[in-house]
Amino acid sequence: MTPDVELRQVVKEFSAAGKSKRAGYQVRAVDNVNLQIAQGEFFAMLGPSGCGKTTTLRMIAGFETPTSGEIYIRGKAVHDIPPFHRPVNTVFQDYALFPHMTVIQNVMFGLRMEGVPRQEAQRRAEEALDMVKLSHAAARRPNQLSGGQQQRVALARALVKRPSVLLLDEPLGALDLKLRKEMQAELKTMQQRVGITFIFVTHDQEEAMSMANRIAVMHEGHVLQVGTARDIYERPVNRFVADFIGETNFFVGNLVEKRDKVGVVKLADGATFEASLPLDASSVSEGKVTVALRPERIGIFPPGEEDDMPREVPLNVLEGVLYEMDYIGTDTRYTVEIAGTTLVVREQNVDYEDNYDFRLGQTVKIFFPAVSATILQE
Amino acid sequence: MSAAQTVQQSFSSEVKTRTFEVNERQLSLDRLVRRIGKVGLLFNPIFSFFFLWAPILVLVIFSFNDSRSVATFSGFTLRWYLNIFSGAVGAGDNFSTALLLDSLRNSLVIGVIATLISSVIGTMVSLALSRSDFPGKRVLDAVLYLPVVIPEITQGVSLAVFFNAIFGWWNMTTGQRVSMGLETVIIGHVAFTISFVAVVVRARLADMNPKLEEAARDLGANEWRTFWAITFPLALPGIIAGALLAFTLSLDDFLVTFFTSGAGTNTLPVFVYGLLRLTVTPEINAISTIMILASTLLIGISLALQGRNAVRG
Repeated sequence: MTPDVELRQVVKEFSAAGKSKRAGYQVRAVDNVNLQIAQGEFFAMLGPSGCGKTTTLRMIAGFETPTSGEIYIRGKAVHDIPPFHRPVNTVFQDYALFPHMTVIQNVMFGLRMEGVPRQEAQRRAEEALDMVKLSHAAARRPNQLSGGQQQRVALARALVKRPSVLLLDEPLGALDLKLRKEMQAELKTMQQRVGITFIFVTHDQEEAMSMANRIAVMHEGHVLQVGTARDIYERPVNRFVADFIGETNFFVGNLVEKRDKVGVVKLADGATFEASLPLDASSVSEGKVTVALRPERIGIFPPGEEDDMPREVPLNVLEGVLYEMDYIGTDTRYTVEIAGTTLVVREQNVDYEDNYDFRLGQTVKIFFPAVSATILQE
Repeated sequence: MSAAQTVQQSFSSEVKTRTFEVNERQLSLDRLVRRIGKVGLLFNPIFSFFFLWAPILVLVIFSFNDSRSVATFSGFTLRWYLNIFSGAVGAGDNFSTALLLDSLRNSLVIGVIATLISSVIGTMVSLALSRSDFPGKRVLDAVLYLPVVIPEITQGVSLAVFFNAIFGWWNMTTGQRVSMGLETVIIGHVAFTISFVAVVVRARLADMNPKLEEAARDLGANEWRTFWAITFPLALPGIIAGALLAFTLSLDDFLVTFFTSGAGTNTLPVFVYGLLRLTVTPEINAISTIMILASTLLIGISLALQGRNAVRG
């Protein structure tokens, strides 16, 4: 099946503002992006601001023209097709509702532009408003609505056009946390119901992980990794992805041996441990490497309590000095120094009282299975 | 040094905190300064309003004065207002109601036509400046506001020279004689009001969320329909405000009119000036008061329209 949206080696350059324009100085906002987004997929583009995710979205919508490369929508190259002829609709970051029209007029606008007769447009717009539970607000103006309601109108206005692909540019960015969580769930349900491909731009990794089938992590115009939330969290391809998604410990060591799926890493103090090779095992070679290790995947024991350590799986055990301990409600965070690097360990507080008696400055043992650590190229 | 050792050291080191003493004398001095400042700030606007409005107020008051003299106020009357319209001659041979109405009609015709033309051109210019990129845009942007700041007399003189040159050339090539009149005044007024319209409309467009136009195109409207369905209705209050401003400026204009009108085309301000050359009569005060009232009304509407928000969606 042809993908709904395909980007092939897409590059977008902007001329830098001001004097440098004369010198022909160009900024690459999007650099050689290749993506294939399947029909019915909920796809997220995730990255910090300035990573090129919004520019990529705007190129799919037709507001920007790629400097080079091709974009295909439903197998058709859309290079010469203006936004108003593309089977794509957008939910804008600030909604961009027309302030001089009522809610129902806003929703009808797209249908009227298609030449749908007034009565049918009205009927379909009412259906769309019904879907977002805003039938009662049809006669109101956008500025009489709350942020969440405006967001829904924007959604109805785009979906009423029955696009092949719906583009969402940080649609929840302006909402407060509680409303955002609600809308996340609602968007996800709606996407499953209408079955339209959603391409969603966000800088919020939790939002991307909770909603999307697949995520593209972008940085400085490049797509660094495309995969499911689990892929990206458990097997980041490089340090940036590991750092951007969730909290991660990094330590630098030497990869001394590559086995089937694991490698042996030697630390500065001579201690060795096993860690997983990345999905693309050839991306790391023996020598200096970085190991990414999630804080919640590490266990910690005070001296003399090693017998409590689980024995079902082979574990790496390392020794370090405990120098900070913070109780933060659900978890306790321990900061441990091992071979010159500091490591954060997070233990869930499952009991009312601490199981162990830790003291600052104490030598402690930490342990983790090889699957929890990922070796990355330095 | 290990991190654990650093932690232990930072606990043992002595911490110094800042203390402060209250100087009562300094404190009361500060209070006094603040009080003087408050009183000063209160008088500031009162003084500037007086400075701005006192001469106008005097004019308005004396337009109701029951005496020809402007030295004393000897009672309230509407005589001068009635005189203007009844044709009673109070200002010598130069004055007649017919002449006044004639000049008023000229003013209105010039104002309406010049305003229509400069609103259209001014709106188009501001659209081009705010929505597109073309070579020389920055130069046009800077030059556009020049008529707002350069002395009007310069504009008046340059227009007079320009028209004379054109008409002279026309006379030489075709043998027809053309002279300045209503049309040249209209062109002159268009020339200096475009800038004002452009400034006002551009402010409105700058306030408008450009995503609205993108949203319209996204929803299937081409550029033409986007303009008429989104850009124009949202910019309309700005266009009307600019037009009212242009109309007011055109109605009140003396200098450009004076230099471009040629013989026999009087507008209201030029007519009033003609009366003034002899003597300041109470009728002039009355006419001026009416003009102030009309201008204030128009400017008020213009400001109210400019202040209307809800442009951002």
